[in-house]
Amino acid sequence: MEILNYAFMQRALLAAVLVGVTAPAIGIYLVQRRQALMGDGIGHVAMTGVGLGFLLSWSPVWMATLVSVLGAVLMELIRWYGKTRGDVALAMLFYGGMAGGVMFINLAPGGSNANLTSYLFGSLSTVSESDVTAICLLAAFVVLVTLGLRRQLFAVSQDEEFARVTGLPVRALNLLTAVTAAVTVTVAMRVVGLLLVSALMVVPVAAAQQLTRSFAATFAVSVAIGVAVTLSGTVTSYYQDVPPGATIVLLTIGAFVLMTVLAAPLARRRARAASAAGPAADPAECRVPATRGAADDAGV
Amino acid sequence: MSDEPVISLRGVRAELGSRPVLRGIDLTVGRGEVVALLGANGSGKSTAVRTLIGQVPVTAGAVELFGTPRRRFRDWARVGYVPQRTTAAGGVPATVTEVVSSGRLSRARLGILRKADHEAVRRALDLVGMADRAKDSVNALSGGQHQRVLIARALAAEPELLIMDEPMAGVDLASQEVLATTLRAQVAAGTTVLLVLHELGPLEPLIDRAVVLRDGCVLHDGPPPEAVGQHALPGHDHVHPHAPAGAEPIRTGLLS
Repeated sequence: MEILNYAFMQRALLAAVLVGVTAPAIGIYLVQRRQALMGDGIGHVAMTGVGLGFLLSWSPVWMATLVSVLGAVLMELIRWYGKTRGDVALAMLFYGGMAGGVMFINLAPGGSNANLTSYLFGSLSTVSESDVTAICLLAAFVVLVTLGLRRQLFAVSQDEEFARVTGLPVRALNLLTAVTAAVTVTVAMRVVGLLLVSALMVVPVAAAQQLTRSFAATFAVSVAIGVAVTLSGTVTSYYQDVPPGATIVLLTIGAFVLMTVLAAPLARRRARAASAAGPAADPAECRVPATRGAADDAGV
Repeated sequence: MSDEPVISLRGVRAELGSRPVLRGIDLTVGRGEVVALLGANGSGKSTAVRTLIGQVPVTAGAVELFGTPRRRFRDWARVGYVPQRTTAAGGVPATVTEVVSSGRLSRARLGILRKADHEAVRRALDLVGMADRAKDSVNALSGGQHQRVLIARALAAEPELLIMDEPMAGVDLASQEVLATTLRAQVAAGTTVLLVLHELGPLEPLIDRAVVLRDGCVLHDGPPPEAVGQHALPGHDHVHPHAPAGAEPIRTGLLS
């Protein structure tokens, strides 16, 4: 594998694998709580962080982490208190974040929208040593949270009201989910870009659940899909000279289509197995009893 | 064990979006009692239960669980809650066991389930007759089976108090019977139960006391209102002998 001889490709592949693991790992909880587009919103807010990073000559990755974590916390607060006007407040946050990014980067000395493009759509080949360190640390945090607290996050994402009655710190866990999603966005920023981050959080999960019945299996399969598409996308972009971010996202959607096609006969076989196991449970045809039972008397 | 009530609401007021929903209700449930909270839609019965679990903030009055003010209550493993819901499914597939296991988290430190916890989950599934569906996705279940899963989730922590919000809503006859049997066994074992119900229905023989709400006020607190013959018709006006003269008849039925 000559591809592994280049230091920049080693860094790119490492970053790609970490994104393949972390994005679906937090994305599954967002999909479970039906906030699939939250990652997209955080991605918009992170642009302000990138802009500020250029303006203040700070590391754009760390600045984007800081700003997107603040944005995610703000989104969670809007969800608690916002109620009816919540969606409008979120819209202002998203587009304010995007506008802020463009503004700051143009104010930065020597900055232009060209700098922003590598963050919007990813720029794997320019991932530096310090970027890799940041990505590794942030990815470790995401894995620790999503695996270590999987039962708590599952309970809160499945049924918030019930989770409160089991004594779980629901608000703290919601905030932690938002913060972890924000961290994941900045991990994935250099690989697929801020505008495509959400695809890697949502589509592998959607693809996995075409085949799976349990949460644990969905988690495992979506992470496997995530790693497979980020690795193959990175390698493809090296040999074919196509943009890695777009390649990875298109491959993910391809995986979804493939899973959906594979799932159809599997679902049919499961339905057959279920009807063979318990024909009385779910008969496909109506059966008319010979005599009327007590349950047939409709009360008025 | 002390004699203090398991549930105590005193003069509780609550608002939903500045509209008063509870206008000062009192409700006491003693140890081992089975109390039904009845009332028409919008009477505040679900809100009353949701103040108990802290889902709806209280604007006045006192809420106590096991003699502890609700705000300081931490012993959630003693409480099993069945929310009003027609489905247990989220946006990602989950098996019956996975959903029921989350009910055990109140007894599991740091969310680590040990062997005893897994056994408790299996027992809870047995109690509601869903052990054979343990590995199935909750998306594949009927409404009645969903409700049985939600009840198993509440039972997984082996609670002393069960709070159920409309457990019979949208449940088929077979599941209703399973639920009534499950509840009977829990009551026999000494569990305290607070049920929110639209009508007494098949659970009637289990109920010690009924509290009827209307417009956020307690209208009746005593033996379950007996409804026979034409009086049992939904929407029938239930006239109370001890109601003040000229009081409006109590409507507890579906059509009121």
